[in-house]
Amino acid sequence: MSETVKLHYDVDGDNFTAAGEASSEVKRALKQMGFPSELVRRVTIAMYEGEINMVIHGGGGEADVEISSEEIRIVLTDHGPGIPNVELAMQEGYSTAPDNVRSLGFGAGMGLPNMKRYTDSIAIDTELGVGTTVTMTIKVGG
Amino acid sequence: MTVKDIMKLCEAELVCGSPDREVRGCYVGDLLSWVMGRAREGEVWITIMTNLNIVAVAVMADVACVLLSEGCELPEETRAKAEGEGVCIIRSPHSTYECAAALGKVL
Repeated sequence: MSETVKLHYDVDGDNFTAAGEASSEVKRALKQMGFPSELVRRVTIAMYEGEINMVIHGGGGEADVEISSEEIRIVLTDHGPGIPNVELAMQEGYSTAPDNVRSLGFGAGMGLPNMKRYTDSIAIDTELGVGTTVTMTIKVGG
Repeated sequence: MTVKDIMKLCEAELVCGSPDREVRGCYVGDLLSWVMGRAREGEVWITIMTNLNIVAVAVMADVACVLLSEGCELPEETRAKAEGEGVCIIRSPHSTYECAAALGKVL
């Protein structure tokens, strides 16, 4: 595969149960392209966690995925409230998710830590009242 | 060992999907993010959660099947979504511990 494949998704901020549709589509695309299953798993778990975060905290947003033979790059952008303390948000177990989300089995404070765990790099660009952009890359064969 | 064998061990019924996949291990948990971070590909995931999001977690984590313990009833919308995504769900009347203990003897 010599060229970069670009995928774009709108993530609905009001539909918690539909969260994951973009990640599922990316999973299907990566599988069709013949990427190894463990890599597909890492990409889609990281992206799904990001999608869930966008729905819980960011009011939805946009997901862009670039797939090349070297790396897979996921850019998640929301226009939510921003993250006041990124360092704290990266800690396992820290969560500001509301009770209704917790009752569904989320809000364990594992979202960002899982995203970090399953990617080779993660950058969080956030501004209070403006929004958050999370950029993750996963190296192919790395 | 396949999901079919797991069904016999846990006296589980098939709710949806194909039970022919090979099983490589087992993971137990109800916190979805935790499960997604820890469960490995091809494992049986034992849970009592039945909301729609378990389907996405099962797809992302690529588990062999979801085993609903304690005879938990699956809402129709979750079943339909799982069917559409090709996720196998089985249900056992036994407790999470009893299911895990049964699997622990053979996996």
